[in-house]
Amino acid sequence: MAVGRIAVVLFVAALLTTSVVACDSAEESDALVIYSGRNKELVGGLLDRLKQATGTPVEVRYGGSGEMAAQLLEEGERTQADVFFAQDAGALGAVAGQGRLSPLPAEVLGLVPAGYRADDGRWVATSARVRVVAYDPRAVTEAELPKSLDDIVDLKWKGRLGFAPTNGSWQAFVTSVRVLKGEDFARDWLRRFAANEPKRFDNNVAILNAVNDGQLPAGLINHYYWYAKVAEAGTGAVRAKLHYVPGGDPLGLVNVAGAGVVEGTDRKDAALKAVRFLLSEEAQRHFADVTAEYPVVPAVTSAKHQLPPLTGLHGPDIDLSRLSSLQQTVALLQETGLS
Amino acid sequence: MTPLGYLAVRSFDHGAGEVWRVLWRSRTFDLAVRSVALAAAVTAACLVLGVLSAWLVVRSDLPGRRFAGILLVLPLAVPSYVAGFTWLALAPGLTGFWGAFLVLTLVSYPYVLLPVAAALRTADPAVEEVARSLGRTSTRTFFSVTLRQIRPAATAGGLLVALYVLSDFGAVSLMRFEAFTLGIYTSYRGTFDRTPAAILGCVLVVLAILLTIGERRARGAAGGRGEREPVRVPLGGAKIPAVTGTAVVLLLALGVPVASLARWLVAGSSAAGGNLLSTTGNTVAVAASGALLTVLFALPVGILAARHRGPLVRGMELASFAGHALPGITVGLALVFFGIRVLPELYQTTSMLAFAYAVLFLPLAVSAVRTAVAHAPPVLEDVSRSLGKGRTATRLLVTVPLAAPGILAGAALVFLTCAKELPATLLLRPTGVDTLATELWTKTEIGAYAAAAPYAAVLLVVAAIPAVVLDRFLRGVTR
Repeated sequence: MAVGRIAVVLFVAALLTTSVVACDSAEESDALVIYSGRNKELVGGLLDRLKQATGTPVEVRYGGSGEMAAQLLEEGERTQADVFFAQDAGALGAVAGQGRLSPLPAEVLGLVPAGYRADDGRWVATSARVRVVAYDPRAVTEAELPKSLDDIVDLKWKGRLGFAPTNGSWQAFVTSVRVLKGEDFARDWLRRFAANEPKRFDNNVAILNAVNDGQLPAGLINHYYWYAKVAEAGTGAVRAKLHYVPGGDPLGLVNVAGAGVVEGTDRKDAALKAVRFLLSEEAQRHFADVTAEYPVVPAVTSAKHQLPPLTGLHGPDIDLSRLSSLQQTVALLQETGLS
Repeated sequence: MTPLGYLAVRSFDHGAGEVWRVLWRSRTFDLAVRSVALAAAVTAACLVLGVLSAWLVVRSDLPGRRFAGILLVLPLAVPSYVAGFTWLALAPGLTGFWGAFLVLTLVSYPYVLLPVAAALRTADPAVEEVARSLGRTSTRTFFSVTLRQIRPAATAGGLLVALYVLSDFGAVSLMRFEAFTLGIYTSYRGTFDRTPAAILGCVLVVLAILLTIGERRARGAAGGRGEREPVRVPLGGAKIPAVTGTAVVLLLALGVPVASLARWLVAGSSAAGGNLLSTTGNTVAVAASGALLTVLFALPVGILAARHRGPLVRGMELASFAGHALPGITVGLALVFFGIRVLPELYQTTSMLAFAYAVLFLPLAVSAVRTAVAHAPPVLEDVSRSLGKGRTATRLLVTVPLAAPGILAGAALVFLTCAKELPATLLLRPTGVDTLATELWTKTEIGAYAAAAPYAAVLLVVAAIPAVVLDRFLRGVTR
């Protein structure tokens, strides 16, 4: 059929044309390829410095952690990726769970405390972020500060608490409640939380701003937003304070960003060097100073931010890989009207 | 067909039982109802807004109508995630159905405006003159004659709006309106389980096919091509409301995003990085490749759809429209799956990205080609055939040049749509190649709006260039 022939000719012509137009990046087949679910603005400078550490050219592909995980799984064994660097333990757990990350050697895993690596050794945390309660000291006394999940759904918090229902960190926190305490407990807790009429916000920054401006007594956020605000505005200018929930309660969940080596890579040495670089003093200090996260290597401390030491924080005891079961969490949130 | 095959493969990953389980969840039904309701409301609003503004620009004596014509098309260049964000900055309470409705209407009414304006420009004025000479008032003439002439163009535009709303993720996620795409994204991002997302994608495809069949029924035949300039209708006492209405639409659709960008640009202490230039170059290159490939694919489909009827032609057209209802991430992942297995040498090259754009935006070009070809007199083809030229030669040498302005307009539309596309671009671009849309995303994700503003501003400018091409087409300069 004539039209069919035209279509084929046009298709080939188009592919040729676009290949010529294409500004394809140099196909450096020996370059180490990193799929980064972490933002280029935050870690781009650090990953640029990886070249010296590994001694090979490095190419980084940036995207959302979820998209990068889905892409890795869809590419399967043919992937060009050598290292997966993700923002969240759930994404790492999902990729590792499908056998797409290879076990790391003990000497790499041994660089971080036991809670900061996958139980099966297929990924290692590179930095940590803590769920905290940001509060306005003029509206909330220290004695009032919640010590547990139970405290925060007390009636005295009615209408006084902010949360970000669509935020990944909030969803990871609810997942941890589900995983640690069971489906029924989580549903019941969410119902009580919803009954207390919490205020909805778009994201953590909006919550912190509302607390800081005196419009909201308290809100559930991640710790580094506060440090970023202090770094920007100066300590004296930030009225909001942070409350770290003690005693291993899920309210004080410690989530991590981390990295793993992609299964079947033929650049395994360079990939391992890259992961080790992310645990080096230089990289750990970058997380502590630039992104205001917790270094996971105990010896490194921040020169810029007054972070309470990680070892003093008691997050809940949870295998962070299990945070990948988000679908059930979303279903629970919808059921309780909190999505 | 690639994404459709992929969806089928992925849907049955966990067996047919899983498919039924996901399909019969009450949530699937809820999501479908919400998506269809949003698509219906936005399409209705766009039809009214698009037809009215097209008529004002082409057929009335609206002051400054040529300038208004360009400005009214420009909201197409605003990505829905940027429009949504700037509206939320202005009115934080604007969430849910009405927020999504407002933003999607404001960015997609030009899909109706463009084809309707083209139809008004080429419609035969004689029919209206007859109606008036028989004593009908201008208003009655509009409803009884003009509307009938532009019906095919309006329904084609309405279909594009409906498909766009079904596939949109940016606005619905910002406005926290739980539509189908939000369900699909949650599934990919949260559980990394691609099966439920694929099953939901299949439902979207079915909705798209139903819509396309419905549109075909409602379309009617294209009116004849007029040989004279259509008459302009004096607005008279309606002039002030018309001017005010146009100004309000422009203020809402363009003013809000542009004012936000301007504020961020001024607030921005951090100068735009040196990569603004290279990012712009990359964007133009990938969008141009996408537009070229899309139009090349659209030519045979559009010509056949305009000249022939039959189950094969109908099937091709339906399949080409199905991709438009799918969210970018679904088409992106389908091409990841297909590309790395079948064409590994093209994987993560601009060619594969251009192919993804073609799958996503083929209907934009098919509609343009079909409308343009339908308005080209078939008698000239008959002459060519009678002179002994073959069917293929006739199509290339006679039909395509006749329809060239319409095809160019289609290419411009696809170009600006490619330039603002995000999810498929993130998945398929060559590693290390940034576009304006990906840089914008990178910066807004960490709340660096001032740093994002220059990228958004340049994206608007890049997308505005084809809008000017579209305007030239509207004015019939190339005729």
